Amino acid sequence: MPSTDIVGWFADIGLHDRPHVGGKGGSLGELQRAGIAVPPGFVVKTGAFERFVQALEREAPVRAPVQALDPDDLDAVTACCKEMRARIEATALPADVLNEISAAHAELCKGVQAIPVAVRSSATTEDAVDASFAGLQDTFLWVTSLEDALKRVRTCWASLYSVESVTYRRKRGMPEEGVAMAVVVQKMVNARTAGVMFTRSPLTGDRSVITVEGAWGLGSAVVGGEVTPDRWVIGKITGEIPVREISEKLHQHLPAVGGGIDHVEVPEDQRRTPCMSDAELQALRAIGRKVEKHYGRAQDIEWAVERGTNEILLLQSRPETVWSSKDAAPVARPASDPLSHVMSIFGGQR
Amino acid sequence: MNAQLKPTGFPLPSSLRVIPGTERAQAAYPYHIQFSPEDDSRFWFYNSMHFPEPMSAFDMVTAEAAYCALGSANTRVHCLPTTLGIDHRIINGRVYIGGNAVTDPAEIARRTEEFQKRAFYYYANWERLYAQWREKMLKLIQDSQALPKVELPEFEPLANVHAGKGVASNQALLDTYQKTLEGYFRMWHHHFEFLLLGYGAYLTFFGFCKKAFPEITDQTIARMVAGIEAEIFRPDDELRRLARRAVELGVDSKFQDGVSPDDIIKSLEKAGEPGREWLRELAVSRDPWFNINVGDGFYHYHRAWNDDLSMPFAGLPEYMRKVRAGESLDREVSRLQDERKQLIEDYRELLSTDEERAAYDQMITLAHRVFPYVEGHKFYCEHWYTNLFFNKIREFGGLLSQNGFFPDAEDVFQLTHYELKNAIIDMMTAWSNGSAPRGPQHWPKIVAERKAAIAVWAKQDTPPALGPVPDVIDDPAIVMLWGITRESLNQWLSASGDVTSNEVKGFAASSGVVEGPARVVRSVEEISRLQKGDVLVCQVTNPTWAPIFQKIVAAVSDIGGSMSHAAIVAREYGLPAVVGTGNATSRIKDGQRIRVDGGRGIVTILQ
Repeated sequence: MPSTDIVGWFADIGLHDRPHVGGKGGSLGELQRAGIAVPPGFVVKTGAFERFVQALEREAPVRAPVQALDPDDLDAVTACCKEMRARIEATALPADVLNEISAAHAELCKGVQAIPVAVRSSATTEDAVDASFAGLQDTFLWVTSLEDALKRVRTCWASLYSVESVTYRRKRGMPEEGVAMAVVVQKMVNARTAGVMFTRSPLTGDRSVITVEGAWGLGSAVVGGEVTPDRWVIGKITGEIPVREISEKLHQHLPAVGGGIDHVEVPEDQRRTPCMSDAELQALRAIGRKVEKHYGRAQDIEWAVERGTNEILLLQSRPETVWSSKDAAPVARPASDPLSHVMSIFGGQR
Repeated sequence: MNAQLKPTGFPLPSSLRVIPGTERAQAAYPYHIQFSPEDDSRFWFYNSMHFPEPMSAFDMVTAEAAYCALGSANTRVHCLPTTLGIDHRIINGRVYIGGNAVTDPAEIARRTEEFQKRAFYYYANWERLYAQWREKMLKLIQDSQALPKVELPEFEPLANVHAGKGVASNQALLDTYQKTLEGYFRMWHHHFEFLLLGYGAYLTFFGFCKKAFPEITDQTIARMVAGIEAEIFRPDDELRRLARRAVELGVDSKFQDGVSPDDIIKSLEKAGEPGREWLRELAVSRDPWFNINVGDGFYHYHRAWNDDLSMPFAGLPEYMRKVRAGESLDREVSRLQDERKQLIEDYRELLSTDEERAAYDQMITLAHRVFPYVEGHKFYCEHWYTNLFFNKIREFGGLLSQNGFFPDAEDVFQLTHYELKNAIIDMMTAWSNGSAPRGPQHWPKIVAERKAAIAVWAKQDTPPALGPVPDVIDDPAIVMLWGITRESLNQWLSASGDVTSNEVKGFAASSGVVEGPARVVRSVEEISRLQKGDVLVCQVTNPTWAPIFQKIVAAVSDIGGSMSHAAIVAREYGLPAVVGTGNATSRIKDGQRIRVDGGRGIVTILQ
């Protein structure tokens, strides 16, 4: 099915579509267009949310009462949020929204019943704090039926009406009219290994290395800090691997039968085994360089190696912010007499 | 405070004892390089990089000549602002050295002014001065080659008499000796004429890279600067040429593992014109390219390929096999050059501003200009010249041993160069007077005693450093030549209690991880024990060992830095290498299975 203003396939969207697909969705589309493998999926665009809110508004006002809230009146905010979330979760979806999401889900599953998907909120604002309320907390993995997926889409939408999110908007006087949420629905990767990659050293800001952290199973164990991952530092240009820290990986997250995640122990003989081969690390390095080049700046990337196919897929890529904001004085300046540089060694000025 | 030993510090020089029974051998070293009580107040470190084994009395000349030359270049010629020369002491045959830093700001300022007039002139005129340097070195080599043969005829040759020469042959003996010694001291001056300046320019670029790319490896910086065309690669190139030629001439079947070079040459002589043709080619390669030592050239027993063909011949069968298999033997110089160019360009692109890029360009340009000297001087100085020098001394050893001074010509190296002059004068006098030299009564016992002492010293553990630990090591000479920093001293201090660990740490010289059986090779004679797939574990790796790098899967050495030629050769062969471990040859047992992680500089003993 083609993309519409309700549903957009990754192949049809990019970063510039952020207002309609959110940051996460735009980034996944952008990656796919740049030729980077990502798990297939689509975005439930803000157009779907808008239609749904319109339907809600027809029953009873939504945006006006929220807009009227006093952020310091916590009781009122809490009561209002509770009501809005209940309405979002209880009200039937407009027919066109329901049909298009269902059709897209069916196409993603290619007729296979109960293929697991991830449902993740994709905030349209650039604001990091807002994103952290509305975005990061709302990721639902291993959603195995259309019904559950639809339910999770509503949960993502409802997260716009969390107490934190609403208080935040009200304190800044942001208009409720523009508030919208996109939701990513993406095929789950049954990861053999997963982790993160920084195309700039998180330790020193060095642009010439790629740091990779990974552990067995799903990436949630690494991102959630439940396992000490293996860690490698790879020369971005040379490909050499001067740092290899293979840790004892006691736990891993695996997809549970019937949805969700199982926390299981890693078999004894795998705990001290590197979870990535050198060839895979080199492939990851090539991907990191490609993504960085595409965006023109250093990236923080989540990746997974699919069990069975051993294909490397990117789950997410976002710009590195810590070091980029620190860049200040140049390491050295050109000198009118090039020879004077040697005084840094001979002149005792170190 | 100075004389106090910190709880975690190194032993004081005065606490080191000459091993009982070797006192007389120790006394052979001159007074000015014996430790004295005042030396306790200074920091010293064992120069295991250049002198990994106990020094025989004669070989001490290398330390003496080298530090004399290094010091004059630093202190008086280029006037390095913050450092003077390096003092040395010998105890139990081991060479300890200590720097002389300049710390008074006024003095540094005064020396800086001088330095810029001198060193900057060298940098500005580098190519011309280096071309001139080569001429000077070749002249020095020619002079050394032209020295007369060491011999004493029964009667003065008639021609000398008829020519009215007037000076007899015994005087020529002394002249030759003095010129030999003089040439060696001069050679070391030439050795240091550019060296510190060259390293300094390299380290300037190195320091920039470490700041701009804090996690860049030393070897990557080395790859950006290191030459590909340096003379030091020529001997190995010649071997490849000879291997190809042998296959073309159809005489390659004569080269078998385990057959001695002498026997191979004999069989080639009998193999008709193709065999003779190959031997002619060999002669072409030998002069000068086989004037390369199997060690660093600092010891008399670091023999050259020319003196012992077993090393170069050990590499030939494998090269020949490759030729027959149709593999290319050529070092792909242009590919290596392209790679280097690309590497420099890629790192340049990573810099954040054009301003930084301009500074980077200035620094790497200077590093590239100076580096041919840094790499090239070794062939002329440490290899070619030291071979000529030690072989000339051997001639004196031959004459003296024939006259009963000691049993073997090699025993001459148990005399200091001062004593050797004395022995030569003894010989001259005896020849003059027609009486017997006194040496045969004097030397044999001393020689035996000193040989025994060296055997005892070789078994002794040597503390890596002595005396109070300085708060900072800011002496550019020490940092540049030995890579010693406050951090490395801390590592030495902590390593002493860490002998049970199954890890041996060193410099990451060439990345990659590989496992294999360790072959601990202590001398060149053991090279033939190396089997395909072995990990070479040795004291000093050396580019002249290049031919055997095709057999091994990794290299580990006690001594060497990431810029050592061994590291460069390992990188060219794509082998993991860990160098400068300090004690790999004593920690790792022959045949043990080990893992070499050349990217991290760690060797793990697996069994």
